[in-house]
Amino acid sequence: MLLAIDTSAGSSVAVVDYDRGVLAEASDLGTRGHAERIGRLISDALEQAGVAPAELSAVAVGMGPGPFTGLRVGIVAARTFALAAGKPVVNLVSHDAIAFAAYRDGREGPLLVVTDARRKELYWSFYDGADELGLPVRVDGPGLAKLDELPHPDAARLDAASVSAAALGLLAEHTWKNKRPFAAGEALYLRSPDVTPSAGPKRVTG
Amino acid sequence: MNREEPLVLGIETSCDETGVGIVRGTRLLSNTIASSMEEHARYGGVVPEVAARAHLEAMGPAIEAALAEASVRPDELDAIAVTSGPGLAGALMVGVGAAKAMAVALGKPLYAVNHLVGHVGADVLDAGGGPGHPVEVPTIALLVSGGHTSLLHVRDLTGDVELLGETIDDAAGEAFDKVARILGLPYPGGPQIDRAAAAGAPNAIRFPRGLSLPKDMAKHRYDFSFSGLKTAVARWVEQKTDAGEQLPVADVAASFREAVVDVLVTKAVNACLDRGVPRLLLGGGVVANARLREVAAERCAEAGIALRIPALSLCTDNGAMIAALAAQLIMAGHEPSTLDFGADSTLPVTDVQVR
Ligand SMILES: [Zn+2]
Repeated sequence: MLLAIDTSAGSSVAVVDYDRGVLAEASDLGTRGHAERIGRLISDALEQAGVAPAELSAVAVGMGPGPFTGLRVGIVAARTFALAAGKPVVNLVSHDAIAFAAYRDGREGPLLVVTDARRKELYWSFYDGADELGLPVRVDGPGLAKLDELPHPDAARLDAASVSAAALGLLAEHTWKNKRPFAAGEALYLRSPDVTPSAGPKRVTG
Repeated sequence: MNREEPLVLGIETSCDETGVGIVRGTRLLSNTIASSMEEHARYGGVVPEVAARAHLEAMGPAIEAALAEASVRPDELDAIAVTSGPGLAGALMVGVGAAKAMAVALGKPLYAVNHLVGHVGADVLDAGGGPGHPVEVPTIALLVSGGHTSLLHVRDLTGDVELLGETIDDAAGEAFDKVARILGLPYPGGPQIDRAAAAGAPNAIRFPRGLSLPKDMAKHRYDFSFSGLKTAVARWVEQKTDAGEQLPVADVAASFREAVVDVLVTKAVNACLDRGVPRLLLGGGVVANARLREVAAERCAEAGIALRIPALSLCTDNGAMIAALAAQLIMAGHEPSTLDFGADSTLPVTDVQVR
């Protein structure tokens, strides 16, 4: 049984189990205010599921891609919750949860998952299809592109405004059960901080 | 909840230090600080996004180190505390997210507190791990760092704090960084200016004291301004350089530092005298500046003001002071915060705790 957290778009928290499926999901679609919401969402999801932290086997977290301020809140919450509860963390690419849910709902073949990166840019990931276990096969990305420069223009495009922690958690359960590798522990900002090293002081006199 | 001597873990992420500290009542058990200062060096100042990314990576290790050093298991804690503001929004959010998750995971109460009042709260602790003591009130508090320059009147640490004044432009620590750049010295500027100033004369150049003229004192008696001072230093340096003269770096550094320290201490002592408060407490990273401590000690002694300066490890931003303030709130009977507060980059000092 897993607690799953994703704040790469809105804020979503779920409790899922491999055998019993989704036990609870608490989400807020707002793309701001992740820090305000995260505590209540975790608390609500656990309460609705009737699950105590000690009963969990791990915490699953979406590593993005996503706008950095909100993305970090979910990642730090997942890590700190896991640390306090003495549980491991498993990392997933957030787009994989979107693709996983799409294939599970009957989509087939190549798929370009797209989410908003703000500043007239998009995050994208490209999938070949689902494998024999129903897990999405990502063959390119995640990446960042300008609005009109998305790769794989011929593929079916799936624009998502949210990432479901329930889908993320179920994907984590299947990944775990089938001993597939999880994602790395780095937040997928896909952008460097907006700074340029200083060129030295400017003159104040003419 | 244990309200006698609560065991509290405090998380601080308002600027570039990831601080996690643990206290039991007024006793310091651990004070772990991870700083991203070196990552900011090439930018000449704290870059908010760089700081926030560093907080995310440092948070888990800092919590683990603080628990290990204090020999405390998470489930033994009575409460979790966190800085809600003021500070850098993106950086604060990392601490808020971590603290909420920890509180929910442990089923423990959560206290969201004010960073500036936390600096005052640091004074209850003994850096050596001794028993500590309550903050003597009323007191004036002068809090000076790279992120803030504030003068407070504290009548009750947990319930009655008044902002007397603050900087209207740069923080004092920022002014040190900017003037260091003008002088070709590396970041962070405070220690560099201090070192360069050692061989200089503090009265070699008369740089302006911001907001100290009679016309300014009417409206900004306790406010600070360092932007004009920085420009005055830059202009002075340019004139010397343009004239092909050698730059007396030590004199510029010493005279600049004197201007900053003079205005800080003058306004703080004025506040003590005006308000009839015989105590001054210093806090914030700029307290590391030896000249500030020296001048404050001299002028407080002359004016009959008792000066308190917590150990430097408790003056720079840290989680222990946040835990200490929350412990004071708990001991004074205050109820926990809800799970719904956010990061408030402009949280006023009158809000000691955010519900
Ligand atoms: Zn501070």
